[in-house]
Amino acid sequence: MTRRLSFPLAAALGLGYAFLYLPILLLIVFSFNESRLVTVWTGFSTRWYIELAGNARILDAAGLSLVVAALSASIALILGTLAAYALTRFGRFRFRLLFAGLLAAPLVMPEVITGLSLLLLFVLLEQAIGWPAERGVATIVIAHATFATAYIAVVVQARLAGLDRSIEEAALDLGARPWKVFVWITLPRLAPGLAAGWLLAFTLSLDDLVVASFVSGPGATTLPMVIFSSVRLGLSPQINALATIVIVVVFTAVVLAGALLTRRDISKI
Amino acid sequence: MNPAGDRSRDARRRGIVLAAPWIWLLAFFFAPFAIVLTISFSQGIDAMPPFAPLVDISRDGVDLRATLGSYQLMLSDDLYYVALWNAVRIAAVSTIICLLIGYPLALAIVRAPASSRSFLLMLAILPFWTSFLIRVYAWMALLRPTGIINSALMWLGLIVQPVQMIDNAFAVHLGIIYSYLPFMVLPLYAALEKIDPALGEAAADLGARPMRIFAAVTLPLSLPGAAAGCLLVFIPAVGEFVIPDLLGGPNTPMIGRVLWNEFFANRDWPAASAIATVLLAILVAPIVVFQQLRARIAEKNR
Repeated sequence: MTRRLSFPLAAALGLGYAFLYLPILLLIVFSFNESRLVTVWTGFSTRWYIELAGNARILDAAGLSLVVAALSASIALILGTLAAYALTRFGRFRFRLLFAGLLAAPLVMPEVITGLSLLLLFVLLEQAIGWPAERGVATIVIAHATFATAYIAVVVQARLAGLDRSIEEAALDLGARPWKVFVWITLPRLAPGLAAGWLLAFTLSLDDLVVASFVSGPGATTLPMVIFSSVRLGLSPQINALATIVIVVVFTAVVLAGALLTRRDISKI
Repeated sequence: MNPAGDRSRDARRRGIVLAAPWIWLLAFFFAPFAIVLTISFSQGIDAMPPFAPLVDISRDGVDLRATLGSYQLMLSDDLYYVALWNAVRIAAVSTIICLLIGYPLALAIVRAPASSRSFLLMLAILPFWTSFLIRVYAWMALLRPTGIINSALMWLGLIVQPVQMIDNAFAVHLGIIYSYLPFMVLPLYAALEKIDPALGEAAADLGARPMRIFAAVTLPLSLPGAAAGCLLVFIPAVGEFVIPDLLGGPNTPMIGRVLWNEFFANRDWPAASAIATVLLAILVAPIVVFQQLRARIAEKNR
């Protein structure tokens, strides 16, 4: 269809995107405001970014968040790809429905439930076997990997379903071992989907406040936890500056991920 | 190669692929729910962790110390019903408004010229991945009495004094609609895109008007997408914590926030577990429906 949009649909598009983007745009604009008052424009300034660069607490938290995000996305990539491969290529297997259910449930599970239940698991494990001796990076990574696996499985499943299987079948017919077929044929063609999934899992982990708050210990504070405690005290232009940086990082990651996926893949997510 | 040996090797291979995700999901997703259920029957104590073991093994024998105390607490205090009812109502209303905004938006993306569709879809997805916290924070600056909307309205002379737009149920609805709108648009887009344009053209050739084509062809075929979108918004919104905490003020308790406070402020882990159990029990039915919808949509995609 190449005809132009009817007026009501064009209006829906314009208003919908204005609603989605104006608040973010205003937040970015006011991060360059000179005044300490977040809602009154007095002049252009980059002072909040400079102050941010000297805020050790925020920089530490940002570093921790990046480490957690990279680790959890990598674990989730392995688990999610295995699960997606099983669901698209194995046909029927035992407890398939339960498996698919457990895999997809974190997509909708309220975060407070996920966070509380994982924390209780970690506490009981500590009592029973002494691990994890203290909650922090490791427990947050496990928690994030658990929900990111669901998202990666969805992305990889969409990509796998779109792959033509004839090359794999030809290789198998010619006597290649299944793992060789997977490594040399399936994996390279899956690579864009894997990269996109990793980036998306990375941003999800970077954004999470609720689950991390439950499973973290006193020593480990992630960036969203710092932002939340400061936002609760009120608005601050430094947080605007920080939010702008986070938005730029996330937008870059998502645009990159989107460029790796076709529109058909995305519509299946 | 004999077929039987082939099959058993095949089964072993499958087992290797499936083992890691199975173990992970059972250990870190399934088992924790069983623990929440157990802790919800234990007694709160002043220790770390702040709950008594359910089974007490001493010299006198094994003592079961399960209690319904946390559930009785929930039944005895209005706070919990109100918060639960608020959460379900606010999530339901927000879901319906999300559908009303998201449907035309998704339809517009599908009907847009092919050249701009990828870009428009990307614009719809971007906020989906952008920090909830930051997007809610952005609204705080807009809605405050001294915020941008009130200042603009006063400058225009439309109002004389600031309108209370934050710390109430209105702000919570707005925050949920804003945060979850992309969750609605994506499944709707996927469903609408799959509809064969030839169906609409055939109806038009037979003389149907656009409204009738929409009602008879487009709308019924997009219903699975609409249902998936509604569940993707409704289920997590019921347990939402950040939005009611930052935008709702003290008079809009929602169950996710009550759970958070029981856990962090009151250190009553059994009560928090009981709330989680009740919340999960309420959400089990919609979650199962969501799973089946997903399975059915995936089956069609093959």
